Amino acid sequence: MKQKSSLSVMLNGIIKENPVLVLILGTCPTLATTNTVNGAFGMGIAALAVLVCSNVFISLLRKVIPESMRIPCYIVIIAGFVTIVKMLVQAFMPSLYESLGVYLDLITVNCIILGRAEMFANKNTVVASALDGLGMGIGFTLALTLMSTIREVFGAASFAGNPIPFMENYKIEFLTKAPGGLLVYGLLIALIYVITRGKAPVKTSFSCEGCPHAASCTTVNCQREGAEN
Amino acid sequence: MDSLTKLMVSPHIHGGRSTSGIMRDVLISLAPATVAGAVIFGLRALLVVAVCVVACVGFEALFNIIVKKEQTIGDLSAAVTGLLLALNLPANIPLWQCVIGSLFAIVVVKCLFGGIGQNLVNPAITARVFMLVAFSSIALPAFPVDSVAGATPLAAEKMPSLLDLFIGNYGGAIGETCTAALLLGGIYLIVRRVISWHIPVSFIGMVFLFSLLSSGFDAVQALSLLMSGGVFIGAIFMATDYTTSPPTPLGKVIFGLGAGLITCLIRYYGVYPEGVSFAILFMNILTPYISGWTRHKVFVAGGK
Repeated sequence: MKQKSSLSVMLNGIIKENPVLVLILGTCPTLATTNTVNGAFGMGIAALAVLVCSNVFISLLRKVIPESMRIPCYIVIIAGFVTIVKMLVQAFMPSLYESLGVYLDLITVNCIILGRAEMFANKNTVVASALDGLGMGIGFTLALTLMSTIREVFGAASFAGNPIPFMENYKIEFLTKAPGGLLVYGLLIALIYVITRGKAPVKTSFSCEGCPHAASCTTVNCQREGAEN
Repeated sequence: MDSLTKLMVSPHIHGGRSTSGIMRDVLISLAPATVAGAVIFGLRALLVVAVCVVACVGFEALFNIIVKKEQTIGDLSAAVTGLLLALNLPANIPLWQCVIGSLFAIVVVKCLFGGIGQNLVNPAITARVFMLVAFSSIALPAFPVDSVAGATPLAAEKMPSLLDLFIGNYGGAIGETCTAALLLGGIYLIVRRVISWHIPVSFIGMVFLFSLLSSGFDAVQALSLLMSGGVFIGAIFMATDYTTSPPTPLGKVIFGLGAGLITCLIRYYGVYPEGVSFAILFMNILTPYISGWTRHKVFVAGGK
């Protein structure tokens, strides 16, 4: 991977390679926590913290971790940071801890974090990995906040728990439920696709080299497809 | 251009029918039900119809302008969607909900999937289900008749008489109550060959059979269960949508029987009192599979 300027590495994660809306990673917490702005923002910040820390650590250890054992090593590192974040949230923000519930623990297996470890941190420098984690985390937080704003304002007529008086009688409660979340998510992905068309990365540019088996891959088709695109 | 010099693929003989012609026939066939709705529920019903039709046509025009597609409102399909949606709503529904429902039907269900002929499910039915789910707190009191028409044999003494059910003199959605007007429209569509008899007959037959069995072969009871609720408008106008129903006669019969069965299962064993819209939506999703199973075998020389 060619070295990019640090600013573009960070900005990449916010729009062009937005983890939620372009790479379609981390859909589980996205759908589960975006029915309220508070929950979504908290989730985004928690994941951001874990992402930056784990990216830095994995990048530091990238020459120590053996190739064949890297996934378990990543999981252990990520789980460590998730535990720290979880305890901090439980201690200082008990209401957020209550509302996020099991999804806080599930950050461990959040595919954005594992994906960035695999795609970026294990082959880039510490500084670049930290910036990548920061950019991806901000992108995740922004996407979650945007989606939860739509769902909460139109679905529950409130923003971050504050009721919006003139919308009281025009609630579409469907949007705060799971199918409404899928609907809003799909429409947002479509919208972002229209906005970034031509600029968004071609899927294969991260699918083949980002594949866990990329190093040992002998499938000719995979290589050829990557080359053609 | 001289038509003799124009190269075209088959078919070369054109029946002279067009999408707008078919849609005009559907609009004509829905006129009796609309008039009946206006007589039974008052002018407010006409207002709901007007808002839905104008909103549907307007959203389709707007969508085509925004995405720079050829304008398609001339084929009248948006007007049909708007009218069908309105006829499936109660007359006292807030008008802003009609607009949101029209937006969902036209933009999300139809235009985003590529417009007419490309939609996976029937726009009017899907929007009706969307509104039922979306406005649960507000709209549920607005669907009171569905709970009356809730087809539980226990509620039998509250059922209107057969004559009232036939002429539509009871509560419900604007266009679903007057069975006579719906039958008139259905006969017009079959005579004009816009729809075939397979889906309506198998759908209505299945519901009747199930009601007959569950009411212990009480024909009057079964007829009242059949004529209350949305079975007729669903079977005649919604389930027969070309895009979302199988093309072959056998496929149509399977589609109709399945929709009838699911309607009854939801009515008798489900949480919701009325199941017609869910049943049609479900069968819409199964349509590609039914079409595949019932495809005519085509023999081609040298082919297998």
